[in-house]
Amino acid sequence: MTEIIVIILSSLGALFILLAAVGIVKMPDLYLRISVTTKAATLGIGLILLGAGIYFSDTAILARVIAIIVFMLLTAPVGAHMIGRASYFTGVKMWKNSKIDELEGKYDTKSHKLKSED
Amino acid sequence: MSVYDYLYYIILPILAVSILIIFIRFLIGPKLSDRVVALDLLLTTGIGIIAVYSIITNQPAFLDIAMILALIAFLGTVAFAYYLEKREKND
Repeated sequence: MTEIIVIILSSLGALFILLAAVGIVKMPDLYLRISVTTKAATLGIGLILLGAGIYFSDTAILARVIAIIVFMLLTAPVGAHMIGRASYFTGVKMWKNSKIDELEGKYDTKSHKLKSED
Repeated sequence: MSVYDYLYYIILPILAVSILIIFIRFLIGPKLSDRVVALDLLLTTGIGIIAVYSIITNQPAFLDIAMILALIAFLGTVAFAYYLEKREKND
C-alpha cells in the first residue's frame, strides 16, 4: 500500500517538474517564465518530498520533510517576487502580446518607490 | 516491479531530462534575470533528485542536504535580485 502511494506521488511530482522545465523554455517572456516555474516546480517538489516522507514511515523524517515543504512554500513566492521586481526595474520587456502593464508610469525610476493613485 | 526499479528507471530519467531542458534556458537566456530564474529551478529540481535518491539508497540523512539546498537556492535568488536592483541604481 505504501509503495503504491509513493509511486503515485513521485510520478505526479516528476510530471509537474517536467512541465515546469518545458514551460521555462517555451514561454515567451521572463514574467510568464517566473509564473510557470514557481507554481509547477513547488508543487512537484512538494509531492516528491511527501512521497519520500511516507516511504520511510518515521515521524521524525516526516516532520523534517514537512519542514522542507513549508519552507519551499514560504520562500518560492518571495524569491519570485523579488526577481520579478528587480527585472522590472532593470527594464526587461514584456511579451509583445501582453495586454496590460499596470505598473507603467506609476513608480519613481530614481527611488524605486511606488506612487499611489489618489 | 518494485519501488526501487520504478524510481530508478522512470522517475530519475524524467528528472534528468528536466535538468537538461532547464539548462537550455540557462545557456540561451537573453537577460541575466532569465539565468537567475533558470538557476533557481535547477536547484529546486536538484532537491527533487536528492529526495528520490534518498528513497533509492534508503538513506534518510540525504534529506538534510535537501533542506540546505533549499536554503541556498532562496538565498541565491534574493542576493541576485538585490544586486540586480542595486546595479541599476548606481548606473
